Amino acid sequence: MQIYLPIAELSVNAFVLLGMGGLIGMLSGMFGVGGGFLMTPLLIFIGIPPAVAVATGANQLVASSVSGVLGHLRRKTVDIKMGVVLSVGGAVGSVLGVWVFSLLRALGQVELLVSLCYVLFLGVVGGLMLNESVRALRRARAGGPAKPRKHHGWIHGLPLKMRFRVSKLYISAIPPFLVGVMVGLLAAIMGVGGGFIMVPAMIYLLGMPTAVVVGTSLFQIIFVTALTTLLHATQNQSVDAILALLLIFGGVIGAQVGAALGVRIRAEQLRILLALIVLAVCIKIALDLVLTPSEPFSFGEMR
Amino acid sequence: MSRFAVLLLALLALPAGAAEERVIAALSQKAVGITATFTGSQIFVFGAVERARLPDARDDALSVIVTISGPRRAKVVRKKERVFGVWINTESVEIDEAPSFYAVAASGPLYEVLSHTEDLRHRISIDRAMRVVGEAGEAADPLEFQEAAIRLSRSAGVYTEADDGVEIIGRTLFQTSIGLPSNLVEGDYEARVFLLRDRQVLDRFATTLEVRKVGLERFLYTLAHERSLLYGLLSVLVALLAGWGASEATRLLRR
Repeated sequence: MQIYLPIAELSVNAFVLLGMGGLIGMLSGMFGVGGGFLMTPLLIFIGIPPAVAVATGANQLVASSVSGVLGHLRRKTVDIKMGVVLSVGGAVGSVLGVWVFSLLRALGQVELLVSLCYVLFLGVVGGLMLNESVRALRRARAGGPAKPRKHHGWIHGLPLKMRFRVSKLYISAIPPFLVGVMVGLLAAIMGVGGGFIMVPAMIYLLGMPTAVVVGTSLFQIIFVTALTTLLHATQNQSVDAILALLLIFGGVIGAQVGAALGVRIRAEQLRILLALIVLAVCIKIALDLVLTPSEPFSFGEMR
Repeated sequence: MSRFAVLLLALLALPAGAAEERVIAALSQKAVGITATFTGSQIFVFGAVERARLPDARDDALSVIVTISGPRRAKVVRKKERVFGVWINTESVEIDEAPSFYAVAASGPLYEVLSHTEDLRHRISIDRAMRVVGEAGEAADPLEFQEAAIRLSRSAGVYTEADDGVEIIGRTLFQTSIGLPSNLVEGDYEARVFLLRDRQVLDRFATTLEVRKVGLERFLYTLAHERSLLYGLLSVLVALLAGWGASEATRLLRR
């Protein structure tokens, strides 16, 4: 069934959009990543203008994250206090990121920078996760007890200590705030929710237990993506309501399926799977940069 | 008496002159409404050659060209080049006027029925419909960019040409059908009909076709552009409600 999108100004198959929303929603529910790093390239691939893809993708992520968070709230796997600290940092980061983005746009080559950001962060994050989770899986197979993660001494020396009961942490609010800022900054530049950076940052930098990481990340993504949607709607008029609705409809169902599947798979296996997906997208974008394109010309934005 | 006869002959001879052939045409519809289920449209263009004499063998050489052009916009074409092993956008050229849609149909192969001079004057072919004037940018070869723009538009299905797309019936009537794709841009589309003989334009006719979003599409588009904050807030609210609704629905299903 073909449907005309009023803002993107083209007609697409509604079932393709529903399916895409469902697939991304499933990943979102399973891993706690928004899936923006997959959604944006996919939408552009089916012909949606990049500006509309980024803005509408953010709108869809609001819905799938809410749906996912509610599931995690019922299982008490959301650290709301930590989520609020991260979101405050995230908001600061997004505003900063939008400013950096317009600065870079004035200099030209934003497209290249975004691609390089993708390759760099997806590559590093995916590689680290894969390495770590494969080792964890081997340890578990060998039957040995997992080594408890230790914090670097300097983190404990910071002021503004807060108790995060759900995460079983007593640390300064400064590192989570800074993680929030960093993720918000990258999210605004790369046009994604930032979950794929947030999840490993929470595990490896903050030392949060894997069980609460997914829910807390989703909680934070709601705020970042809602802010992004509003900014795009008011500044660029690039949020397509019909496109968003179709993606949301597929996405919310997918998120529920994903959350249910996620609890049945072991945490290490879950992380290996996510790492592989992240690396695959990274390799695809890297190849696009290096391989000779079939059409070196393209229509650009009027600026 | 003889002066009267000369005058009469002159009057009779006048309508037979080439300048007295006119073209009139009409479209199957005056407006195209873009609804949520819009998948493109077919526009029939039909018309007749008007003349004050009976058609004869001279009229076998008549040809007709029909064009439909979408609203014109400035566009930027970028070119990627390999720099330090990575493909990045280097040169760009601004195309001052490119129709968002362009279709040309002729009663024969285009340059067999149309001279290049007339093409230049009336901007009929796809190459001429797009204009790169003013500062062409820093590009070494602006023509390459124009060709690329046409190639990209052709593969997107918004530039089409049909040699032999116009059917001439009995030296007087003609008809053609032009397909509008689903990725239409709103605006006033200009339909032009040219009547030609010996590759020269004898007469032309123009009319407009209004392409407008209607119903829900119109409402959303207007809201997004005129009340963008409200539109943004509504988008977020709908997303929040949808997420909550789905979560509740699955919980009820599991019970």
